[in-house]
Amino acid sequence: MGDVFVLAEHRRGELREVTLEMLGKGRELARQLGGNLKAVLLGHGVDAFGSELADQAHEVLMVEDERLENFNSGLYQKVLVSLLADRKPTLTLIGHTACGMDLAPSLAAELDLPLATDCIGFEFEDGRLLAIREMYGGKLQANVSFGESEQYMATVRQAAFPIKELEPLGGQIVAVDSPLAEEARRKKFIEYVEAAVGDVDIAQSEVVVAVGRGIKEQENLEIVQKLAEVAGGVLAGSRPVIDAGWLPPDRQVGQSGKTVKPKLYIAVGISGASQHLSGMKGSDTIVAINKDPGAPIFNVATYGIVDDLFKVVPALTEQLSGG
Amino acid sequence: MDTVVCVKHVPETAEADILIRGDERGIEEKDLTFDINEADNYAIEEALLWKEKYGGAITVITVGPEDANMTVRMCIAKGADKAIRLDDERFEGSDSYAMAKILHAALKDMEFDAVLTGIQASDDGHGQVGPILAQMLGIPHAAYVIETEMAEEGKLARVHRELEGGLHEVVDVELPAVFTIQTGINEPRYASILGIRKATKKEIELPGLDDLGLQGSEVGQAGSKTRLEKLFPPPVGERAQILEGSPQEVSEELFGLLKDKGVI
Repeated sequence: MGDVFVLAEHRRGELREVTLEMLGKGRELARQLGGNLKAVLLGHGVDAFGSELADQAHEVLMVEDERLENFNSGLYQKVLVSLLADRKPTLTLIGHTACGMDLAPSLAAELDLPLATDCIGFEFEDGRLLAIREMYGGKLQANVSFGESEQYMATVRQAAFPIKELEPLGGQIVAVDSPLAEEARRKKFIEYVEAAVGDVDIAQSEVVVAVGRGIKEQENLEIVQKLAEVAGGVLAGSRPVIDAGWLPPDRQVGQSGKTVKPKLYIAVGISGASQHLSGMKGSDTIVAINKDPGAPIFNVATYGIVDDLFKVVPALTEQLSGG
Repeated sequence: MDTVVCVKHVPETAEADILIRGDERGIEEKDLTFDINEADNYAIEEALLWKEKYGGAITVITVGPEDANMTVRMCIAKGADKAIRLDDERFEGSDSYAMAKILHAALKDMEFDAVLTGIQASDDGHGQVGPILAQMLGIPHAAYVIETEMAEEGKLARVHRELEGGLHEVVDVELPAVFTIQTGINEPRYASILGIRKATKKEIELPGLDDLGLQGSEVGQAGSKTRLEKLFPPPVGERAQILEGSPQEVSEELFGLLKDKGVI
């Protein structure tokens, strides 16, 4: 009782970082719940991950099956339903990723257990587990409680918890027979498609000037382009600008685009959704220009200017070109 | 191709001041403008593109009070054929699970080839309703869909799911299925004046709890598996140093700061 399970996420021969982040937090939660931390590894030819995970868990439950070589939410769900129904961990953590979110909601519904998604923290209040998550694009946070249940599930935001250097736990790797009886029928993995490579790699630039929803019209991009030029940098964008087709996808900064760590990052009219922040918060110096003082971008910026970008950007451009 | 699109009428909060309600479980809505959830707008567009290519009908469905008529009417104005607004005060306080239950009750006896909805709502950002609905309907789903094509019309869809870092995953999904649509998949159209005029006269079906054959215990807080206990402003971390003054003054100050740091 009181066990915490962490679903390992891996893709194309690499264990994804969110797995280690969850194991770090999971260890603490398992201790608080008085149980063990177990990593759940589904895949084909993933023994090496097993050893890596065993370092950070009391036990690794490994299901080897060639049908699990690539992620398939339908197959994962079948395996996990059987695993979780048998072992009844108190809490199961899954990454809040494109794969985790293809899986967790339907898995939780099948097992009839409460699920909180995109969690950035966990707390105990009077012995009761609370999940902390963001709402309204990060402008507010919420404590969410779980209904009465033997088991709970949560998806955990990427990079919400640090990967910690922890004492190795030296867990056992336990091979679990695959419960899969047949091939995937209703949903089949076909292939991966890489992002198209553009003319500029924004991740290589020392200065990135990124523009967001606040720019309002495609024509207005020009003033930000000018700023990028005089700052000696490249022009990039947040998701809404890419969605609108105003900049090509290879210019997108954020979780589904690129992660950049330039010396200088200037965010123009970007509110700072978590998916964007995760792609740029490692920048050395961050300047944010936004008229909304409540925009989450100001929580990661070094310098902030709360004003109309249409006034500030031209003034800053002039300052930089004059200097 | 008959498609059902689930949409949500949400407050626009990106540039608005948000005030937490007295009971701390919601926000003050009276000064906010509401519109269709951004990702749902892409979902309705994808259904319209399918309709243009394959024919069939689009049913748009929402759960919400009368104000949400605006959102479903806009979908009708763009070309959806039928509108359903599930309205009952007992739906209030439903979490994603209960919300999926309500939608399931409305959809379970309907004929369709696909159900589309946005990957998540911009207000609560749960991202759960679509896949839970698929589970309840006993049909497959794919989340984070950024491209669709019909491999076999009405039978099999080939979709791209958006993974992290610009990578896509291509999967084949048997129909009927639920797809949650990512923003940027298409270019949502604007409704025509004629369409808007027609939509104002469109009858919206309004089933409530009893019409759906649900019990009060299955919806609202009673039917929910999670509960929002308390909203609060994010903890203030190391906030940016805010520069104050005219655009010229702040530009000059920033220039000096960046120069001192050796950034420029």
